[in-house]
Amino acid sequence: MSDFSDAFHTALGLIVTLNHDLVEILLLSLRVSLTAVAIASVLGFVIGGALAVYRFPGRGVVSAVLSALMGLPPVVAGLFVYLLLSNAGPLGVLQLLYTPTAMIIAQVVLVTPIIGALTRQACEDLLEEYDEQLRSLGASPTAIVVTLLWDGRYRLITAVLAGFGRAIAEVGAVMIVGGNIDHVTRTMTTAIALETSKGNIALALALGIILLTIAFAVNGALISVQRLAKRLAYA
Amino acid sequence: MLDPVSKHQSFGDRAVSLPLPIRLEGLTYESAGKRVIDDIDLEIDCQRLTVIMGPNGAGKSVLLRLLHGLIAPTAGKITWAGRPLDGFLAKRQAMVFQRPVLLRRSAAANVSHALGLRHITDPERTKLVAEALKLAGLEEHAATPARILSGGEQQRLCLARALSLEPDVLFLDEPTSSLDPASALMIEELLLDAQRRGIKVILVTHDVGQARRLAKDVVFLNHGRAIEHQDSESFFTSPHSESARAFLRGGLVL
Ligand SMILES: Nc1ncnc2c1ncn2[C@@H]1O[C@H](COP(=O)(O)OP(=O)(O)OP(=O)(O)O)[C@@H](O)[C@H]1O
Ligand SMILES: [Mg+2]
Repeated sequence: MSDFSDAFHTALGLIVTLNHDLVEILLLSLRVSLTAVAIASVLGFVIGGALAVYRFPGRGVVSAVLSALMGLPPVVAGLFVYLLLSNAGPLGVLQLLYTPTAMIIAQVVLVTPIIGALTRQACEDLLEEYDEQLRSLGASPTAIVVTLLWDGRYRLITAVLAGFGRAIAEVGAVMIVGGNIDHVTRTMTTAIALETSKGNIALALALGIILLTIAFAVNGALISVQRLAKRLAYA
Repeated sequence: MLDPVSKHQSFGDRAVSLPLPIRLEGLTYESAGKRVIDDIDLEIDCQRLTVIMGPNGAGKSVLLRLLHGLIAPTAGKITWAGRPLDGFLAKRQAMVFQRPVLLRRSAAANVSHALGLRHITDPERTKLVAEALKLAGLEEHAATPARILSGGEQQRLCLARALSLEPDVLFLDEPTSSLDPASALMIEELLLDAQRRGIKVILVTHDVGQARRLAKDVVFLNHGRAIEHQDSESFFTSPHSESARAFLRGGLVL
């Protein structure tokens, strides 16, 4: 028990003194996940909005696949991107494996279906209400997509937050394509996995505390956004 | 009060001539095996305000959606001055729905959005938005989220948005159903004013007094059929059909 409380104190010490390794890992994690979520948001908004509005053959299948991919296991996303980027793979010449870029790509693969599917659902719900009014106003399909994305903005924000929560906490994808290389591709989750197995509980615990704090912050932001939307009758 | 003279002023001072007559031939709309609109033949040639009346479920709202091109008839056709409704004509129509549909934006942004869809840009757009809000008596609510406005305010905003588009043809589906008498009267004035500017107004209403005040001609609908179409004057004094007589007496329509 005293081992644990020692580790806990050391962990807090690492955080309070802004330990160099700790900060480096935190910043890399944030950079990878925030970049991935930004890219996935753009892709997800476009894909989700288009799926809600445009009618084309195979639309139902695409929607179903997108929804199913929301539950894509991170290791599978990692494996897929690994095959893509490995020397023998189609993008092997880019030499991206074991770089932060590879981790960003893997998380984009992981998060785009989440944001895309949630966006499609939000837009479809709105369209049910708006369809005749928007057509009456003479809106083109593209104008309808833009209108729905803007009017669904509060739900899109929650989708982005959900995507970020998923990206920052996953370990499988970044581990496979990043390789957990010290000072290069070591993120919070891969560091926790490694340090725990090495018995360096203090650093793992410190990173765990930070991750948990981020999770709480994301959840708090989700609740505030939903409250605000309700208050303005924009939910 | 309403100016009784206004009903008799001259019309058609707009540059564009109205796409009249509106001709309905064998117009039928079936949904889920039910004939909601049943073989309507009708010609509306009058530039002034036309009222559509009839009991709940008669098919008035469906008829407006057919006229506006939001749904396609299962049989029969509608022509505007001999042409079917095309993109050009549709862009010169506007509609106020029975249930107000407002975007999750401010009152001003709702009007601005509609004008944007017609490619009207600033500074014209800002000016028109301000005018529309003034028309609806909603100047102080410009920045208010549209969906927290009261039901009546929402209906007024929907009308102002439709009018801001300067349509040739304006459809209204019970636009005063949730308005207090003063606001209802204000809407009636706006409609008379629209008519004076040469807009063809087609209004669905249950309010007999309102229909009498506004209508030039009346279409009476029952069970999806156009039972009567005649001049407002004669419709209200001597309706031909028993169902219209019952409707006007406030009795049960069978
Ligand atoms: N899409 C649809 N599918 C099936 N039935 C429909 C559809 N739309 C309308 N109806 C039916 O058609 C009938 C006419 O509907 P409509 O809304 O036009 O009535 P209304 O005359 O406007 O009535 P109210 O005065 O209550 O507004 C109703 O019985 C309604 O249930
Ligand atoms: Mg109706």
